[in-house]
Order: sequence, then structure tokens, then C-alpha cells
Amino acid sequence: MSAPFQHHRVTPWLLMAPQLAIVLVFFFWPSLQAIEQAFYVEDAFGLSREFAGLANFQAVLSDATYYQALGTTLVFSLAVALGAMSIALGLAVMADRVVRGARGYRTLLIWPYAVAPAVAGVLWLFLFDPTLGLVSGALGHLGIAWDHKLDGAQALALVIMASIWKQMSYNFVFFLAALQAVPKSLLEAAVIDRAGPWRRFWTITFPLLSPTAFFLLVMNCVYAFFETFGTIDTVTAGGPGGATTTLVYKVYQDGFVGQDMGASAAQSVLLMALVGGLTWVQFRYLERRVQY
Amino acid sequence: MRYRRPGLDWLSHGLLGLCCLLFGLPVWLAVTASTHTLGDLYSQTAPLGFGDAGLDNYRELLGGAVGGLGTDVTTLLVNSTLMALGIAVGKIAISVLAAYAIVFFAFPLRRLCFWLIFITLMLPVEVRILPTFEVVADLGLLDSYAGLILPLIASATATFLMRQFYLTVPPELVEAARIDGAGPWRFLRDILLPLSKTNFAALFVIMFLYGWNQYLWPLLITNDADYLTIVVSLKRLLTSADGLVPWHYVTATAVLAMLPPIGVILLMQRYFVKGLVDSEK
Repeated sequence: MSAPFQHHRVTPWLLMAPQLAIVLVFFFWPSLQAIEQAFYVEDAFGLSREFAGLANFQAVLSDATYYQALGTTLVFSLAVALGAMSIALGLAVMADRVVRGARGYRTLLIWPYAVAPAVAGVLWLFLFDPTLGLVSGALGHLGIAWDHKLDGAQALALVIMASIWKQMSYNFVFFLAALQAVPKSLLEAAVIDRAGPWRRFWTITFPLLSPTAFFLLVMNCVYAFFETFGTIDTVTAGGPGGATTTLVYKVYQDGFVGQDMGASAAQSVLLMALVGGLTWVQFRYLERRVQY
Repeated sequence: MRYRRPGLDWLSHGLLGLCCLLFGLPVWLAVTASTHTLGDLYSQTAPLGFGDAGLDNYRELLGGAVGGLGTDVTTLLVNSTLMALGIAVGKIAISVLAAYAIVFFAFPLRRLCFWLIFITLMLPVEVRILPTFEVVADLGLLDSYAGLILPLIASATATFLMRQFYLTVPPELVEAARIDGAGPWRFLRDILLPLSKTNFAALFVIMFLYGWNQYLWPLLITNDADYLTIVVSLKRLLTSADGLVPWHYVTATAVLAMLPPIGVILLMQRYFVKGLVDSEK
């Protein structure tokens, strides 16, 4: 639509000013600095620096721990995304089917979304505490020794479980809303054609859910990339032996703990490109869907 | 009718109930553990029932500096509340104005402004954490509420949602207002803002949770315990004690850190769900 207010020179800029100022100071300035920093090497005291070209990128990309972090990030993100989505879909299908009480179940399942990732981490840490945890104790009786401080796979599993626990409710809300929007007439027609519940789900409901599922896949990956920082930091702090160090955690570790500004900035830039690509895919896709 | 299958219904109720219990278990254990003394906790595996410390742990935490925290939990709760409210209100305020300009005004560089703002959707603060830290340090905003709040307002999620909503406002409404002689400020105040109430509520819930649950940013820029938030303090509590984790304090603090956001989400569930699901469109 064409804008209704055509002949105002100052008003739109007054309206835009606060948002533009904040975005310029706290988004573009730091982002450009990150890109600039990625091409410089600083001395240990941060007193002088010299142009290094692509040296920082070469150093990062030839570092084995970077690829370890990349692998961890992929495993972690896929596990969180698929875990949260499949549990949420199962629960949403059941809540949708019982009709009465669907809202009640939504209330009972929605609240973990409000729990901070760091708090979720603490709750699960308590469940699996090697000395007094309930679940680690039960596993001990089954003959499985649990110590996520020593065992990298167990540490990763713990962080994944805590992240799924928090993220499931987000997926549940979307799947339930999408299920309730499936036209009842389609399902009734299928009933008349004597299709059972299983068949109805896979041939009618599931295809209609695919846009939501794709959207959630992207959102869950973004969540697993960034928001789980708090969970990882409280539960494992990236250890043991880097087993739970994701790309974002590594940016933080190298930059703030290791004080290697150039390497951290180069990683930031690589991460920006990665996330930018992901968002671009989502936008393109969303645009296509808005059009029809 | 063959549409109904009571057997499946009962199975669904059973599984749903079981999952609700399982999802509640970690929180239930934290609540019960927070009512035990430390010695009591370490004499067994985590207890499923309440202990006899009652609310003593909470009283100690809220009343004075405990462990390595350097401040009392009351201060932490106040800081978290200020930060969450600042982010929620600030984001809504600037995004209402910016979205209004982008949707309802024709002005040069409008497209450029649009892209300048929406490109921020792509990069959360975690990606550019170091340079943002340096900018905030240069501005002298470390250990301040402004430093906690402002950088987190610099993303366009709220602006995007407000724009989506404004685009659905019928052009006839604007026309009618203009014929009645209303200028842009009048139209905003008397027509658009009252229409946006539900959207504000939805945005408020989402942004309040976002602000309250922030971790990395407050962790970096607060050295002074007086500006620490409750979510960040958990890590300090976990690591401060040598050897034994003070689980009675940790669980109590975790419970206090969960209560406000869970309260907000349950009270405003209707708006929250609407806001979330609308954002997908």
C-alpha cells in the first residue's frame, strides 16, 4: 500500500530517531568493529596492532579445536531441534485429539519456556549431580556410572536434555496452533473414506504442518546456537576437554578468557556469515509463503 | 461415529499427564531441595518431599549476602526486574514509533531505514559480543542499568511485529481520520495506540521473558555485585564454595529466579500465545 502521510519532512525522522540511534551505536558500530578487528593482530597488552590480512581467519580455520566446536555445534543443534520438535509434535497431536482439556495441557506444558536457559541448566545439573542427583543415582543402581565432569558424551547429553526441556514448550505452542488450524472438513472427508487415525495423520495433517515444522527447525537452530549459552556455561563451562564447547561458547572463551581478540573477532565474522545465511534461507522461504 | 476412539483418548490423556509430571519433576525437586539444610541434602539422594528447614534458606538469601555472591538476593531480584522492565518498555516504545514511520510515511531513504533496522534480526548480541562490550566500555556504561538495557534493545524483533500489525490496519481508517482533520500524531495517539493494546501485551510478555532470562550480556558487563542479575548469580553460587555445591541455596535462588517469569507467562498466556504465533506470519 502507498503510505498515507506523504508531505511530512521532519515527523518520520523524529519517529525513527530513537530506533536508528540505538541500532547504529549498539549494532552497526560494534559489528563493523568486529569485521575490522578480524583483520588485525593485537599484541598481548592491547597497546598496538597491525594489519594481518587473512591471518586470523587462517589461524582459526587451521585450528583443530575450531572444527571440534563446529562438530559439537552441529550435533548439539540437530539433537536439540529434532528432540524438541518430535516430543512437542507427539504431545500436540495428543492434546489436539482429546479436544477437551487441550488448553489445560497447554498451561501445564507452556511454563518451561519462561525458565531462563541458565536456570534450566541448574535444574538439570541438580538432577544429575554425581553425589546426590536423583537420576544419576538411579542410573548408578542400573550400573551406569554418571559423571558429566569427566565424561564428554555424558556432558553433551546433559546439556542437550536441559535445552530440549526448555525449548519443547515453544514448539508445542506452535504445533498445537497449527493442528487446530487444520480444516476439520478434510479430516471428516477422510473418515468417510474410512481412513484410520494413523493414516489421517500422515496423509493430511502432517503435510499441512510442514511450514510450521520448517519454521521451528530454523528457530530451534537459532536457539541452540545462541540462547543455550547460559545452559552450557552453568552446566559444563564448555568441558570436559571442549566436549560441550559450541561456536558461540568458543567466541566467548577465546575473546574474554583467552584475550585473543583477533581470533575471537574472526570467529564472530564467520558466525555472522553462518547465521546470516540461515536467516536468509528463512526470509526467502517466508516471503514465498506470504505471497500465495 | 468412527471418528471417536475412546481408547485412544484415554491413552492420550495418560501420556499427556505423564509428560506434564515429567516436565515438572526438575522444578519439583528444586522446590523440595530448597527446604532442606545442606547437611540434610548431602546425607541422601535428592529428596522428593519437603524438609524441615522451611523457608529459612529463602530468608537467609533475601536478608543478607550469602556465599560468594557479595550481595543479597533481594538486590538481584530488583536488578532483574529493572532490566526486564527496561528492555520490555524500551523496546516497545522505540519500535512503535519506528514501525509507525516505516508503514505510514513516505520519506526519502525509507527503504534504507527499513533494511538498516531489519538486518539486526539476523545477528543476536552473542555474535558481536566483544566489540559491543568495547563500545559500552567506551561509553562508560559498564556496571550500570543503561549498559544492561540499551544494547539489548538494539534488535528489531518488536519493530518487526509492530510493522506486521500496522500493515493490517485498513487504509480507510487512516483516510477517515485525515478527512476529520487528524494529523499524524493525533492519529497515532487516538486511533493506532488504542488499537495496538493486545499487541503491546503480547510483546510485553515476550520481551520481559527475553530481558529477565539474559545471561551472557549481564555476565560480561557487571563486575560490581550491586548490578548483578539473579540468573547470572547462579553460576557464582555454584562455583563459589570450595568442593561442596551449596545446593540448598542454589535451588532456592533458582526457584526465586523462575517465579516472576513463570508468573508472567501463566497470567498473560493468551496474549503470549497470540504474540508468538502471530510472529510466524
